[in-house]
Amino acid sequence: MNEIKNIDMVGRGTREGAALFRDWFQDLTEKAEKGETAAYVFVMGSIAEILRVFDLPMVFPEIHSLQTAVRHVADDYINVAEDYGYSPDICGYVKADFAMQMQNGKHPMGQIPKPGIAVLTNACNTYLKWGEIWERIYDIPMVSIDVPATREAGTRTWPGDEQFEREKRYVKTQLKELIELCEKMTGKKFDIDKLREILGHVNTMSTGWKRVMELNQSRPSLFNALTDGTVYLGMSNVFRGTPEGADFFTRLVEEMEYMSANGIGTLTDEKYRLSFIGVPCYPIFRRFNEMFTEWGGAFVMSTYLWFASGGTNLGVQYDLDNPMDSLAEGVLISVRDAMDSMFHPELTVLDKTNDYNIDGVVYHPIKSCRTTSAGMADNRRALMENSNLPSLFIESDMMDSRVVGEAQMKNRIDAFFEGLASRKAKEAIGA
Amino acid sequence: MTVRVMEEWQGKSLDDILWLCQETVEDTEVTTVKRWREAGGKVLGHFQVYFPEEIAHAAGMLPMKMFGASVETRIADSRFGSYLCSILKTCLEQVLSGRVELDMFVTHPICDAARNLAPIWGRNFDYPCQILYLPQNPNSSYSVQYLKEEYERIQGIIEKVAGQKITNDALRNSIAVFNNNRALLRKLYDIKREKPWLVTINEAYTLVAIGGMIPREEHNEILETVIPMIEKRNARKQDRIRVVFEGGFCEQPPLDMLRTVGRSCYVVDDDLLIGLRYLLEDVDVGDDPLNAMAEAYIHKSTYSPVQHDLRKPKEKMLRDRVSNSGAEAVIITAAKMCEPGLEEQVTYTQELEKDDTPYFVSEFEENMTSFDHLEIQLETFVENLMFD
Repeated sequence: MNEIKNIDMVGRGTREGAALFRDWFQDLTEKAEKGETAAYVFVMGSIAEILRVFDLPMVFPEIHSLQTAVRHVADDYINVAEDYGYSPDICGYVKADFAMQMQNGKHPMGQIPKPGIAVLTNACNTYLKWGEIWERIYDIPMVSIDVPATREAGTRTWPGDEQFEREKRYVKTQLKELIELCEKMTGKKFDIDKLREILGHVNTMSTGWKRVMELNQSRPSLFNALTDGTVYLGMSNVFRGTPEGADFFTRLVEEMEYMSANGIGTLTDEKYRLSFIGVPCYPIFRRFNEMFTEWGGAFVMSTYLWFASGGTNLGVQYDLDNPMDSLAEGVLISVRDAMDSMFHPELTVLDKTNDYNIDGVVYHPIKSCRTTSAGMADNRRALMENSNLPSLFIESDMMDSRVVGEAQMKNRIDAFFEGLASRKAKEAIGA
Repeated sequence: MTVRVMEEWQGKSLDDILWLCQETVEDTEVTTVKRWREAGGKVLGHFQVYFPEEIAHAAGMLPMKMFGASVETRIADSRFGSYLCSILKTCLEQVLSGRVELDMFVTHPICDAARNLAPIWGRNFDYPCQILYLPQNPNSSYSVQYLKEEYERIQGIIEKVAGQKITNDALRNSIAVFNNNRALLRKLYDIKREKPWLVTINEAYTLVAIGGMIPREEHNEILETVIPMIEKRNARKQDRIRVVFEGGFCEQPPLDMLRTVGRSCYVVDDDLLIGLRYLLEDVDVGDDPLNAMAEAYIHKSTYSPVQHDLRKPKEKMLRDRVSNSGAEAVIITAAKMCEPGLEEQVTYTQELEKDDTPYFVSEFEENMTSFDHLEIQLETFVENLMFD
């Protein structure tokens, strides 16, 4: 009986995550059909903590855009936006979303409600330009929560430091201004106890998210950071601050602990443990991963799981006795970390290389995202200067299949693994 | 002022001075900055768009505006991937190649690519490579206070690099110098608006651009000398259409492209090097200079595609720029691979179509060299308007 239960446990997170995601989408579709609006938010700092106090449903445009690529229909959307005048050289997410707005929220998984408010952080500058598009189409309030990031590597400040406290006051003021706006919009009074409850759920989720990633230090790795990790990532964003989200991560930790204790891995024959830097190649999401797993390569770590979770990977815990102050502090620390994960990924990768037994690093710069990609070549140069880690640099896109050259990509990936194999062989004979 | 870095321009004719300015702007070796260093001065390089240069000036440093250069990116190319604008690479090339030597570098969160410059620079150089976090939420009631504190922070770093404390008196003096500079630039733009036949777009551009490469006092002297000469210039009004040129807020179009535009149009206003003209009014030199500078940035500034401000919808701002300058048409450009510029092109064209304001759309790259195609397209555009 025990055995059956345990077999069920393996892969449970992915199955439950997919089901919850479908429910979420169904709910959005129903809202759209009734003409209800939603808060449009982004993965790097959704400020769900406040929006949930006002029961505002949330739409993550990055997520609904990437789903079009995974379902191989992104080009249809991108073409609509480009026909309208948008350049081939801008973010594919923006274009897919714009095309969706032009088609009354039509989406392969249902229908997206129109925005009633847009809330964004400065973690990505394109968020600001994106929000301006909705502002123009729908004449809705757009709130940017400005979170000062690290100004120079190695100069982070922390609670108690003068600079940190100054920045926290700035963030806190902006959060209060958002609350005032939500009160006006919804006609509801802000409920601090409800915020406490939501923060509690976020605390549980953050603890779980951090633990799940730590557990992937196990050999063999417990989940693929690129594929399974993306499912978990979606959960961490969409269900942030909910009992379902908290419960999901509690159960996911249980699953991972079980797998770790029983030596169950994501691959039957894990030969190489890899770190991924960047955003996945959604137009060939499954195939991209296969090109690595066919060689026994497993992604055990991914910067995507850090920055696209808005820094939830840190496991920041809110102080429920001091919710507003703690929320400002948490937003500042977490969103700042998300930005640092994009600008200085090599620092964390180098720091964790031994813990995760990394054999190689895969950089995936993409046309659509200059935030994550502009510094990658130099980052790789620095990584190579400061370590002996082999690395691979493959350019493509997260949305636009026109710049995804699978054959060329495979050649480079194969060559990378041949190099890794040769290195391992040399190490084995002590050469 | 103790250090002069421009070639001797005093006593020369207007054409000769303008020629010198052009030579200076096109000098890929940035000799003016080298001269400053040779005289013992320190240099703070700041990336586009806006930087409070007064703070560096008050510390005795030369604030150098890094707005790209016509250089081959032999070394910098290895630091970047594809799909990026040229200015990122040419600015880094300037320093990696040794053409420019800095003591400090500052970039801003103007776009996703530019924010990466501080980390990239920091991995390549030992001096401070900072991001100045200009507020992305200028509509917050706390934004002025935050910005003042951010200025204080950057001031502290500048003081360490410069090796001297910045007093409020020094700041007030610098603000006065820059107020004068901004007033002179406004005057130059008044001429462009009122009598555009007196100064071509490329001449006006070089007169502005040298400000980013020489001490501002010297720039003021040049402008104070040249502007009256321009006003007295013997030039005849010609049959050209009046246009606004939009899209030069960060990467700069090549001078030859501006000349091409100038052959068929009078550019009566533009956003070229808008950061040098970002503050629209004099900054108060009262009790709290940093607060006054922060106030000016938040409340008395112009617009660009890289600053979101609910009070300044870009299409409305462009509309104002067009009507205030009496322009008949708009040239909407964007640097290749410039995400904010390319996105704004759609906004602008949609807006202008509402009342059939003619517009011409193009892209450019700072190192492009062929403009034949552009010239033919532009001439066709202009002819269509003139003979409509």
